[in-house]
Amino acid sequence: MADTVLDIRNLRVTFTGGAKHVRAVDGVDLAVAPGEVVALLGESGSGKSVTLRSVLRLHPEAKTRIAGSIVAAGVDVMALTGAALADFRGKTVSMIFQEPMLALDPVYSLGQQITESIRKHEPAVSAEAARRRAFELFEQVRIPSPERRLDAYPHEMSGGMRQRAMIALALACNPKVLLADEPTTALDATVQVQILLLLRELQRNLNLSMIFVTHDIGVGVEVADRIAVMYAGRIVEIGAVRDVIRTPRHPYTIGLLSTRAQGGRLSGNRLTTISGSPPDLANLPPGCAFAPRCASASAACREAAPAPVDLGAGHVVRCIHTAITA
Amino acid sequence: MILYATKRVLLTLPIMLGVTIVCFALVHLAPGDPLISVLPPDASQSIKEQMMALYGFDRPYHEQFLRWLWRVLQGDIGTSIRTGRPVSTEISKAVGNTLMLAALATCIGFLLGTLFGFVAGYFRDTWIDKTASALSVFGVSVPHYWLGMVLVIVFAATLGWLPPTGAGPGGSEDWKWDWVHFKYLILPAVTMSVIPMGIIARTVRALVAEILSQEFVVGLRAKGLSEVGIFGHVVKNAAPTALAVMGIQLGYLLGGSILIETVFAWPGTGLLLNDAIFQRDLPLLQGTILVLAMFFVVLNLAVDVMQTMLDPRIQRA
Repeated sequence: MADTVLDIRNLRVTFTGGAKHVRAVDGVDLAVAPGEVVALLGESGSGKSVTLRSVLRLHPEAKTRIAGSIVAAGVDVMALTGAALADFRGKTVSMIFQEPMLALDPVYSLGQQITESIRKHEPAVSAEAARRRAFELFEQVRIPSPERRLDAYPHEMSGGMRQRAMIALALACNPKVLLADEPTTALDATVQVQILLLLRELQRNLNLSMIFVTHDIGVGVEVADRIAVMYAGRIVEIGAVRDVIRTPRHPYTIGLLSTRAQGGRLSGNRLTTISGSPPDLANLPPGCAFAPRCASASAACREAAPAPVDLGAGHVVRCIHTAITA
Repeated sequence: MILYATKRVLLTLPIMLGVTIVCFALVHLAPGDPLISVLPPDASQSIKEQMMALYGFDRPYHEQFLRWLWRVLQGDIGTSIRTGRPVSTEISKAVGNTLMLAALATCIGFLLGTLFGFVAGYFRDTWIDKTASALSVFGVSVPHYWLGMVLVIVFAATLGWLPPTGAGPGGSEDWKWDWVHFKYLILPAVTMSVIPMGIIARTVRALVAEILSQEFVVGLRAKGLSEVGIFGHVVKNAAPTALAVMGIQLGYLLGGSILIETVFAWPGTGLLLNDAIFQRDLPLLQGTILVLAMFFVVLNLAVDVMQTMLDPRIQRA
């Protein structure tokens, strides 16, 4: 793709800290266009957050082996070291965390944390100017009485307000790409919707590119242009939201959607589930990782990892049985 | 903030009253005749009674206590039975000497303790951590009077680099800030610094390791802070707890150590207490304990107030 702001190619992340090496991400390719939102969908341990954090190289280097290429806004992320990496983080690409209570420093006021970020990346900005910008950011994320809230500490705010402050912090240095790591998971349902709408609005107004990690299909559909479904460290299906939701072609995606769309909605029916459990990432089978749980699996599925099949219009599926699933 | 500080100061008043009661009771409940050191063993009963009446020891305890408290409130904490000098004079000299010792021990102990703690916390589970941790365990567990004697054997008796005991060639009365006198301070201060060093190192290591494992450190990294910038955040997060521990340790140091001051014959509050106990010098003992206890109360007050300034999560009102 010519017009990409973030290009991840063949990303492999292995955690080497434990007794066994855990292959958390196993060959992820993902390109995000300017102003595009991609939802990374998957269950716990599918590698979606690991993929996201790799873009900022946030994994502890001593215990992680990371391979492949990541290019963000023309910057080769994998080649960055030391000060250059610190300059890149939060400036070109910034991140919103799942739990703002844990991801914000408890003993610094929110205003201090935002101005610190601004002045780190733009040393020429004076303390007053930085505070003015923090104030404007708080207005932008619609925090009521922003002047007073700038001096508040994280524990003094509600969950929704904290997440708004977290978004303000992420936007402080006008990044090109925003990484959102389940930003609404820790919130109440009503607050979730407000935060989603706010994120969507800010993303459109600022023409941000965004990767939005979630395990909630509904949230993914709400915010994203494209959906990428991850399973056991690979993207098994990717495509425009309507293609993936209306005509899913990977058995895993089909299973995921059926747990929600049919079985879940009709009262009196048993909830449909995908039988079995996700594979052990320290001990992956050689073929398709979903094969042990897949109804259509054949001998060929267990021998080699399926190659991506392009179904047109950017709808790509890693399954050799797309003819059956159609 | 000011409201909190005022409230906290007022709260110390009942504590101080409690301290005076305990202090008085302890001394008077202890066995032993307070006049044993001033009267000859064959003194007649009438002389004994006369002396008891002179010092007020013949009155009921509550009356003795109230009289003593009244005088204390007026700033008079009594006269030493043994020397006949005011207790306050004796204590202020000893406090000065102990402060000197404590100040140096504090510098050594807090600096090294914090340093070891941070290094161990940052390089957790490496050989650096293990070395630093081993040193701090040694510091906490070694009996310091024994360490003092070993240091004397090595550096004074064998190597002859430093003097073994005392507070200067001319005694504590003519202390000067020069190398000749300062040499006398080194061994006791090093010995004294070992325990707070160990305790602070262990506390800081645990704090730093815990803070570094928190999500907000990843958050700071994600917003582009350098490791130096993150270090600043770690320090501020560790400060309230570390400070509380340091406050308590400082209290112990200021109180002087009976054992260390006795080993090194350092004329501080510890040695004073030791002498007062052995000579049943009740006014001196009472006065010294009272002054040291007040040190603790005031120090804890200072630490409390400082903590609220550093950690916004501690209730301010």
